[in-house]
Amino acid sequence: MIELTNVGMSYSGRSLFHDVSLSLPQGSFHFVTGPSGSGKTTLMKLCNLELMPTDGRIALFGTEAASLSRDDVSAMRRRIGLVHQDCRFIDHLSLAENVLLPLTVTGQAADQSNLAELLGWVGLTHVADRFPPQLSGGERQRAALARAVISSPDLILADEPTGNVDWEMSVKLLDLLIELNRLGKTILCATHDMTLIRQAKSRISSRVLRIANGEIALAGAEL
Amino acid sequence: MKFLLALFKGDGTAERVVPPTGFTAAMTVASSAAMAFLAVFALTLTLAAGRLANRWEAELDQTATIRLSAPADQIEASADAVEVILSQTPGIQSFRRLDESEQQELLAPWFGKNLSLDTLRLPVLFDVTLDKDRPDGEGLQNRLGAEAPGAIYDDHGKWREALVASAGRLKSLALMSLALIAAVTATMIALAASAAIAANGQVIDVLRLVGARDTFITRAFVRRFTTRALIGAAIGTVIAMVLVAALPAPDEVAFMSGLGLSGFEWLWPFVVPPLAALLAFFATRLAAARRLKKVS
Repeated sequence: MIELTNVGMSYSGRSLFHDVSLSLPQGSFHFVTGPSGSGKTTLMKLCNLELMPTDGRIALFGTEAASLSRDDVSAMRRRIGLVHQDCRFIDHLSLAENVLLPLTVTGQAADQSNLAELLGWVGLTHVADRFPPQLSGGERQRAALARAVISSPDLILADEPTGNVDWEMSVKLLDLLIELNRLGKTILCATHDMTLIRQAKSRISSRVLRIANGEIALAGAEL
Repeated sequence: MKFLLALFKGDGTAERVVPPTGFTAAMTVASSAAMAFLAVFALTLTLAAGRLANRWEAELDQTATIRLSAPADQIEASADAVEVILSQTPGIQSFRRLDESEQQELLAPWFGKNLSLDTLRLPVLFDVTLDKDRPDGEGLQNRLGAEAPGAIYDDHGKWREALVASAGRLKSLALMSLALIAAVTATMIALAASAAIAANGQVIDVLRLVGARDTFITRAFVRRFTTRALIGAAIGTVIAMVLVAALPAPDEVAFMSGLGLSGFEWLWPFVVPPLAALLAFFATRLAAARRLKKVS
């Protein structure tokens, strides 16, 4: 699903990581962890084609990222559900309209029963008509997750999805991600919350990638 | 072309992603209204200046004056001779001798209305209307000199040229003003569109992240801002037209030819709103393209 081969990334001459090779098969669940500034968000952006690597190559769904046009990138992103730490909503649209955005931009008619079901799944039915600034942190994160899955993407990229919520809400969000993985979705979740990772590993088969000192490695038993 | 058709067809769903109100919306409408208002006034002034120049040129080109100065005991005989000469000269359509009241009216600005002409020896004036084929001025002057000494033929040539040159310069200035206002209007609308796009950068980022194509984003913004510019310009144009209509009509003010619009000239202001919309269309498209270049 995602193949990174000898990928390097530098900002203003400073190397963030180098020679990273990584393969995420379909239906897998991977966590990415590491200290702040290690490059977790950069890795997520590379996978979402928001950034292009300074070295190496990235293949997404079997296609070389470097060969993609802007329209191709849009088409790729429709196969990716993205959950940002800061959620990134359009404030003048209601929660329901924000959740439907991936369908809106492709001109697909919104199936109201699907929307209702999805909002029920993330527990946001009662706030569907509210606007993003009126939502709590947990509601925003769940709405971001609902938006990420509305178009039934193949891959979910979640960047610190529990960063702004309490433990109870973190577990709820993890439950949703696990449920999506069980439905066959590939999940890549960046988090610094080791407790959450341990909680997930006790329930599903997942792998943990640790970024440190410019390298990515599979974390072992120390977790 | 395809883009234009899609623009007119509209896409309500796509448009929803652009904030319907707020600072940028108000700014686009207000700046379009203000600039359309100014453009209509500049247009009106340009048309009035053109009309004035044409009128001065046409009126002075078709008229001449004969001024007759002679001793009191010979003045009437000389005036009769002038009338005979004028009636026999080809190229003269009509003529008439100005009576006392008309002469008094001519002098009123300098001497007041109560001037008694008995106390002032004035020349006799003839107002002459010329044919398209003007008379031979030199030949006419020679004959007048021989048969009515003291009669001078003035075809207004000297000051007609100066006046027509002034009118031409006035027309050029008005056209220049119109061009400048059009350029400023274009700049204002383009800046408003750029500012609006910049202010909505986050919306554009989010749309790209959820898989929107550049055409979808551009169309949504272009349609919104083109519509706003059209509405603003229409408001400005209507207000300006109402005020122009309140100005003295062209036929009411003889010398200045009026500053308003007349006849088919009233159609010109209707060009302003579609032009403003067209401008907003291209400006927003350009601004959106620039912003999208910064977004992966």
